[in-house]
Parts: sequence; C-alpha cells; structure tokens
Amino acid sequence: MDTIYLDNNATTKTDPKVLEEMIPYFCDKYGNPSSIYKMAHTSHDAIEESRKTLCEFFGANKKDEIYFTSCGTESANMAIRGILSANKNKKHIITTKVEHPCVLNLYKELEKEGYKTDYITVDNNGELNLEELKQKVTNDTVLVSIMAANNETGAIYPYEEASEIVKSINKDTYFFVDAVQAAGKIKLDVKNTKVDLMGISGHKFHAPKGIGALYIKNGTRINPLIVGGHQEKALRAGTENVPYIVGLKKAAELAQNALEFENKEVKRLRDKLEEGILSNVKNAKLNSRTSKRVPNTTNIGFEYIEGELILLHFDELNICASSGSACTSGSLEPSHVLRAMHTPFTSLHGSIRFSLSRFTTEDEIDYAIENIPKAIKKLAKISPFQKELTALLGE
Amino acid sequence: MWEYSETVKEHYKNPKNVGSIENADAIGEAGAISCGDQLKLYLKIDNGIVTDAKFQTFGCGSAVAASSMLTEMIIGKPLEEVKKITNKDIIEKLGGLPPEKTHCSVMGREALEDALKNYYGYEADNKGLDKIICNCFGVTEKSIREAIEQGAKTVKEITDLTYAGGACGRCRENIQNIIDSIIGKKEEPKELTPFQFSLKVNQVLEEKIAPELLKDRGGIELIDIKDKTVYVRLKGTCSGCPSANSTIKNFIEAKLKELVDKDITVIEA
Repeated sequence: MDTIYLDNNATTKTDPKVLEEMIPYFCDKYGNPSSIYKMAHTSHDAIEESRKTLCEFFGANKKDEIYFTSCGTESANMAIRGILSANKNKKHIITTKVEHPCVLNLYKELEKEGYKTDYITVDNNGELNLEELKQKVTNDTVLVSIMAANNETGAIYPYEEASEIVKSINKDTYFFVDAVQAAGKIKLDVKNTKVDLMGISGHKFHAPKGIGALYIKNGTRINPLIVGGHQEKALRAGTENVPYIVGLKKAAELAQNALEFENKEVKRLRDKLEEGILSNVKNAKLNSRTSKRVPNTTNIGFEYIEGELILLHFDELNICASSGSACTSGSLEPSHVLRAMHTPFTSLHGSIRFSLSRFTTEDEIDYAIENIPKAIKKLAKISPFQKELTALLGE
Repeated sequence: MWEYSETVKEHYKNPKNVGSIENADAIGEAGAISCGDQLKLYLKIDNGIVTDAKFQTFGCGSAVAASSMLTEMIIGKPLEEVKKITNKDIIEKLGGLPPEKTHCSVMGREALEDALKNYYGYEADNKGLDKIICNCFGVTEKSIREAIEQGAKTVKEITDLTYAGGACGRCRENIQNIIDSIIGKKEEPKELTPFQFSLKVNQVLEEKIAPELLKDRGGIELIDIKDKTVYVRLKGTCSGCPSANSTIKNFIEAKLKELVDKDITVIEA
C-alpha cells in the first residue's frame, strides 16, 4: 500500500488543479503588479480576482477587507500585534488555553511586554467556557482571540457567540479568529458575526505552503507589521506573491465547492475510521468528544502506550498521523490542548490525531482499520501495564 | 523529526527480550507514566551471573530501544560487570541518541540500579552526586550543581538549563533545596516567593512611596502583581497628571527596583 496520509491538519497535498493555475505566473505572467505596463496589469488583475474569491470564501462584505499574507502564523501576528500597536492605551488581552502556538506563544511574549492576559478554559469535553469569557472582559480589554476550530481535536468553538458576548460588554474590544483549521472544512460567514479579524492558511486546504490571508473589517484601527511599499494598502508591504495568490484563489474555489463533500463523504470516512478503531481496540478512547467537530479530524488516546512509539510503528505501515506526546516534539510538556481538557495521563501520552482530506480513499481507511488494531496489540505487549491492559483487552 | 540510528530503529521495531520473568530474582523500576516514560526490568540471576533479563516499557521509540539494548548488554554477564554499566554505555551501543532523548538511557541505568538494590538489599554503587534528582529527565545532583555554578538561581533557570523539574514537577522541592544549600552559602539574595514579593512591594508602596505622593496631594493604589510586573493606579492629583508616566518610571519603579527587585516593571492599570 502506498502512503496513507492521515495528517491533513499538519498540511495537505497541493491540488494539481491549483498548481496548474499557478504555473503561468512564474515564467510568462511574471510582471510586478505595481508596474505600469500591460504585463503588470495582468498580475494586478489576477490578485484582485483572487481577493474577490477570498472575499466570498470568508463570507466578507467587501473584497478590500482581504489581505494576503505568507501563512497562518503571519496572519495571527499581523492581526494581534497590529491591533495592539494601534490601540496602545489599553493593556488587557484575552485568548483560550487551547489556541495554536502562533497565538499562545505570542500572548506569552506580550505578557513580557507588560500586557495583562487571561486564558479561557475548556471543560473535559473540550467545550469553551463562555461564562468565564463574560467575566473577564473589562473596559481595559483591547483584544480577544478565539480559534474557530482546534487543530488537535477538531473541536469547533462558538466564536460567533463569543464575539457577540465580547461586544455586548465592551463594543471597543477587537475580536480576532484564527480560522486556519476551519477554512475549507466549515462555511465561513464573517459578515454576519461581530468578528473584526480572521486569519487563514492556504496549505491546510490544498494550496501550497507559503500563502495565507487575513480578513480585516473596514474601520478597524490597525498598524502594519511589515513596513515598506504601498502593497496591500500599505498594511502588508512587500511585492505580492502573485503565483501563490492565484493558487490560493483556486484552492478556495475548490474548497468552497467541496464543502458539502467534506461534510458528507470525508465525515463518513472519518467516522468509519473512528468507529473502526474504537470498536477493535479496547484500550482506545476518543479524545475529541465535543458535540461540534470539523468533519475530517479525530483524536484517539491509546491507553498505556506512548504516542511516538505508535507513530514510528504506523510509519512502518506507511500510515502518517500526529501525536500530542511530548516525546514526538522534543518539548517538555505533552499537548497543552489535551491537558486543558484534563485528559488522564494514561491516555494523554498515547494520543494520536488522524486528519483526513477530500483525497482520502475508502481503501486507505479500510487498510488503516485493518492494520492499526494489529499494531496496537503488538505494542501493548511491550507496556509495563499488563494488568491494566488485560483488564481492558480481556485477554 | 528525530534522527535515529539504524540500531535504535531495529530495536524499537523488533525489541528483544520483551515481557516479564516469573519468579525473577530481581525487579527494578524507573520513571512514571505521568512523565511519559516508565520501565520495568526483570532479572534472573544464577551464581552471580545474569542468566536472563526481560523488560516492559511505556515510552517512546528510543526508550524501548534503550531498554531492549540494556537487556542484550547484561544477559550472560557477571554482576560485577553489570554494575558498572552506565547510561553512556547504553547510548554508545545504540549508535547514539538525540540529546533530548538522553533521559531514555538514564531510565535504563536507573531501572538496573533499582533491580540490583532489590537483589542485594542495599543501594548498589549509588555514588552521592550521581544520584538522580529528576527522574523524568534523568538529571543528577551533579548536573544541577553545575547549572548553579553556571549562574542558575531559580528552579526555572535550572529547568531551562538541564530540563530537571520540567515534567511532573515532583523534584522541584529537591532542586530548591540544592539551590538553597549552595546559594545560601554564597549569601546571595534569595528569590522571594510570589507572596513574599507582593508583601514587600506593598510595604514599599505604603511606607516609602505613598508618603512622597501625598506631599503633592496624590496617592497610589496597588491593583495587581503578575510575575515581576506591578500594576498600580494613581489617585488624587497624580491621576491624570501630565507627568504621571515620569512619576511611575522615574520614582515608583526606580524605588521598587532599588528596594525589592531590579527586574520590576511598573504599569499604570
């Protein structure tokens, strides 16, 4: 069996149709969009066409609310630092305990710079504590950042409701949404929310790595992160990455058209994989227990077996997945997301995330369901917790 | 992504001597599941020779490989030789381990020590300073003392340098004791606990700063303290005063830096 790629929340395959659209913009239509001649207009028009498509993709009102960036991390940094830099009189910022490091580590950095921070908790099922959010917003709160969907568990957070709550307490507080893991999986409809800024990354929905976008509602007070020329209305200087912006347009179109497929077919395969593992592996526990989840993600904890060891053995089977275990990343701490959900130590270190895409096939899922239980059974024999495992496995 | 040697790969793919031994002559344990690594080692000993060894490991690829290699290294060897095996010997036999994975080999040696202690009924060759303080990362007292020599003054600084105390946290008190025993001797200022820190900041604000502000019919209120950042609110004439910023930086912050801690930042809440 060829590679079974079940790590689409890490990155996705570039859709060949996306690559095809990009190719002419390397060697033929390579004009700098800021120049004056016809070839430059071609580039300029391509960018504006892409902006129009992305405007629809975000569900925004106007295309000039869309800015192109290099990735999701840049979008988050541009949003957060940009807002703080333009609104210096207030010093309180809020986010959640389960954000991606591109927000979480930035907040830690901002603490050192004198900002007062609050981190909203989640319950055991991973549901966001909106009551807590209500209590934390004050007159001094300048920004709240809440992700649309969690990269590790796939949990969808009620950012629309959260933005309503925040604005009802302090209408001047800005609201940023990291929608990197939601884009291409669930419909975005930013104009019907109280969200001010929303960031996405192309390579999570079959555009290449190195392109992202940020929605900034008109009227938002924001300063640029990258200063230079007048590109992107001087909010993101630097010559535009035309071929990748064209690629992002195509990827957004394809993803938008595939949303129904994602929520039916990809979800069906994800559920099949999840049930296949949970029913065949008795020491497997579902970590993604939230009621609302993106259709492609499942996170399963294998009790009494360590995650990196599992991934290494999956690799022998050509199955690609991810783990929140500390040993995989070399960090000191296991997944902050699963810890925030109070996942017990017995399964925390053995947590594996499987994430599918529209390219995942039934054959691949069947192969995974057939081989994963065998691999886990083999690894269970190495564990010092034989008594506990015997009780679970009943052998 | 880790760079594992071919030997490491072979041992985590097909580990040798997995399992337990009934009526083992010695059993040794190391690590804890909360830290992500745990090893149980079983030995059969006959006439001073290890005739069989088996292991069970909860841990990453390199932890399994180190356990597997350890059993291979000791089977058939006399105890006198087995006693001398260090974690470095295990790493060498494995063809190297990424530095972040060194603790996997330490866990092997620890389980071996524990097994021998269990067999002899006393601590085998456990030389004072080589005592493991942090079980999660296998950090010895010697390494912690070296980190202090290099200038680490707090448990957090020790963690940054050696990883010790970075996972389950059970050894943090012991690390603090080592710091106290060394830094106490040098008579360097002791790190205040957050509570002591708050008390001292409040005392300076009330006794040294407020009386000065009162002379201009101003006042100050302590709002919050987070790490070394002190949030205050100016009151009376100070509130909204054009030179409030300068008062905060040049007088209040300077005074707190002088009397409490040089790293203090004062921010108007």
